[in-house]
Amino acid sequence: MSIWEYANPKKFMQTSAWALPWVTGLAVVTLIGALIWGFFFTPDDFRMGSTVKIIYIHVPAAIMATGTWFMMLATSLVWLIRRHHVSVLAAKAAAPIGMTMTLIGLFTGAIWGQPMWGTWWAWDPRLTAFLILFLFYLGYMALWEAIENPDTAADLTSVLCLVGSVFAVISRYAVLFWNQGLHQGSSLSMDQEEHVADVYAWPLWTAIIGFGLLFVSLVLIRTRTEIRSRRLRALEARERMA
Amino acid sequence: MVELGKYAGTVLLAYGVTILLVLGLVALSLVKGARVKRALEAQEKRMAKNG
Repeated sequence: MSIWEYANPKKFMQTSAWALPWVTGLAVVTLIGALIWGFFFTPDDFRMGSTVKIIYIHVPAAIMATGTWFMMLATSLVWLIRRHHVSVLAAKAAAPIGMTMTLIGLFTGAIWGQPMWGTWWAWDPRLTAFLILFLFYLGYMALWEAIENPDTAADLTSVLCLVGSVFAVISRYAVLFWNQGLHQGSSLSMDQEEHVADVYAWPLWTAIIGFGLLFVSLVLIRTRTEIRSRRLRALEARERMA
Repeated sequence: MVELGKYAGTVLLAYGVTILLVLGLVALSLVKGARVKRALEAQEKRMAKNG
């Protein structure tokens, strides 16, 4: 069986209808479990105090913010190369999720930064790249709404997605590219000196998996909506022509 | 109840904003999904009736 079979809307609807309850159930259990674990059952950090608990929402949200854009990049490339509608509709469906995750990353970072860095915001490379990524998400969604022809909208938003990928890469790796700014290195680095202690790392990994499953569940729900919406428009057009 | 100390407001605000945004996204996705599904079903029924 080929992966391209799922480019058929009917096949996608059948498979996603089967997978959705499982993925959603697993997402709810994992996410709630991880947040309860992190919030109630991990100790305060000796420097950050209880603000360390923000790591369980900030880091997964930031990972999902850039990860969503990379998923949109892959599905946009599939559209540009193979012209599969389900692929580009999945990218369209994912954009509001990525935008929300970017917003959560920016908000929780600012809320944490105020007591820890003494400022809500700094024009630090990673923070600035994330703000630009947020604006790219807004632009991507606005472009879909602004163009009436769905195939033209798919083409132009896919090109925008390619351009925005530069900022998605910078958002993720800014602390490596520029060794400056307030933002610290990776919380889950393989380097033992940078790596957070295991007592924080395990609930954090669980939260990342929970956010990932929530993303998959929401993408499936929203892609199904986009497929139905496209069919609805096609039927309305057919009715008008008759 | 967990003891959050002097940063209680900071931590609760971060969690509050996150929960609000995630629940808002989930609610909007479900409401739009249900609305489009209803509209499509109505359209298909109407077209089947009219041939």
